[in-house]
Amino acid sequence: MARYILKRLGISLLVVWGVLSITFLLMRLAPGDPSSLYIRPEIDAKTVENIRRQMGLELPLWRQYFLWIGEFMRGNFGVSFTHHRRVSEILAEAIPNTLKLTGVVYFLQSIAGIVLGVITAVKRGTKLDLFITSFLLFLYSMPGFWLGLMAILLFSLKLGWLPSSQMRSLYVSGGFWAESLDYIKHLILPASILAMPFAASTARFVRNSLAEALEQNYIRTAKAYGIKSWKILFQYALKNALLPLVTLFGLHLPFLLGGAVITEHIFAWPGLGTITVNAIFAHDFPVILASTFIAALTVVMGNQISDFLYLLVDPRVRTGLSKN
Amino acid sequence: MKKTFFSKSLNHRPAIVGLLAISLLVIGASMSRSLTKYDPVQHGDLLTERYLSPSYEHPFGTDKFGRDVFSRVLYGGRISLTIAFSVVLMSITIGLIYGAVSGYFGGFIDSVMMRLLDFLLAFPVIFLIIAVAAVFQVSHWYLIPLLSLTGWMDTARLVRAEVLSVKERDFILAAKGLGFTHTRILMKHIIPNCLNPVIVAATLKVGEVILLESALSFLGIGVRPPSPSWGNIINDGRQALLNAWWVATFPGIFIVLAVMSFNLISDGFRQALGLQK
Repeated sequence: MARYILKRLGISLLVVWGVLSITFLLMRLAPGDPSSLYIRPEIDAKTVENIRRQMGLELPLWRQYFLWIGEFMRGNFGVSFTHHRRVSEILAEAIPNTLKLTGVVYFLQSIAGIVLGVITAVKRGTKLDLFITSFLLFLYSMPGFWLGLMAILLFSLKLGWLPSSQMRSLYVSGGFWAESLDYIKHLILPASILAMPFAASTARFVRNSLAEALEQNYIRTAKAYGIKSWKILFQYALKNALLPLVTLFGLHLPFLLGGAVITEHIFAWPGLGTITVNAIFAHDFPVILASTFIAALTVVMGNQISDFLYLLVDPRVRTGLSKN
Repeated sequence: MKKTFFSKSLNHRPAIVGLLAISLLVIGASMSRSLTKYDPVQHGDLLTERYLSPSYEHPFGTDKFGRDVFSRVLYGGRISLTIAFSVVLMSITIGLIYGAVSGYFGGFIDSVMMRLLDFLLAFPVIFLIIAVAAVFQVSHWYLIPLLSLTGWMDTARLVRAEVLSVKERDFILAAKGLGFTHTRILMKHIIPNCLNPVIVAATLKVGEVILLESALSFLGIGVRPPSPSWGNIINDGRQALLNAWWVATFPGIFIVLAVMSFNLISDGFRQALGLQK
């Protein structure tokens, strides 16, 4: 077991190093010298050379590589081409907003997914099951950015029920409750649009896993004992069926962050995604690479955590590993 | 065997609907020149033909340059579907060879190749794709190698698991006994017997690649204007959502249709081949 954990940690470290190296490579291959930010036509050649020396661009490539990795690990991602501010400052403002959005999305999708999954598993083979399953397939096939635009068109532009962008209105009067209501209104569209495909995939997963659990012998035994069917469902079957959801979190994470990039962009939610997309349009490479790196790091860590959680919650995996 | 496979697939009604929809899309996309008289990139009259609503003349209306959206959607479908099919073909081929070699030879080769695969699978590829496409401003044909090289890993794992069970069968022992070369055994006996789950996964993958490409194009880092693709037409429509809803709406419907059809076909194949989910 300790060996397994070490092996997983080793792979994660390698991946982080790989992401760092690729980011460095991309930075070097990106059009435009990093010093071009500071160099203007009126500056003479000597100053240019000084700036380049200060930035470490005269050093051999391998030394630049190590210096750069050191700075990156310490959270110094350089200066944005367009904002003329430190990238780390920009990220520090954006990341909490992305966390709020994705947190709410994960909460929503878990509830919707589990409820729909339980219904379809219990009613499997019926018309209701077929209807819900087909609807989930439909959701699963939907490009999130298009669904978002359609929702804006209907709920914001045509009906005027919900705001289409930003995180809060400029002026809200009426104290805490009015502000909270305003915030929730801004959250409804982006959060539910982003949650839909994940809810569909969770529901599919819960359905299969619960259906399998319901066919097990111990469930038949419980039935023979005359235990009430809701008790069998919630106390025996569901408990086992929901365990693997922990791994699903790790699998969902890259898509959750990737989806957040597009959803935030559409709804102008001031998070990591909006910043990344604006940086893409402005060719602001330091920001693109830093946010890519942060997202990649989150995914690697999320996978690691969900792996370990699975070890903790499922005794079968634990004993299986220690036997090997 | 082939016959039963197809007749079983035919029994799965949703798969037939999917197959019909895809055939229509492919025919529509490849005959776009004769279905519409408008050119997908030629600007219309900027004074009189901008943002015309859907009519008999322009079934999907026109966009900000007076271009016919119907013709752009058809032509964009050609680009989107070509990219999706090529990416799936390439990544499946790479995955098939990698997985088959790793599973067939086993031992040291297998463990090295599987370590590498674990490493690559843990890689957050979506973000890499965004960064690479954004930094290099690639033309859309480069999307094919970019998406293929980052998308073959799950196939490789699938194939390896299949090869591990196939290679223990008696006819492989017989082939080895007859002194066939490794290449011949792999190509003629192992790989053909591992194809079933690969077919199911490949069909599913076409839909995934369509979604990924359209998202990249929507962000402006996939297929770049003026070439149309479903994703970048939606991005065009975003600028005039309220006044010209048709520009963003129609290409989206085509994406949903295409992706859902491939999912349905994949379900049909899975059932016909008797595979579990």
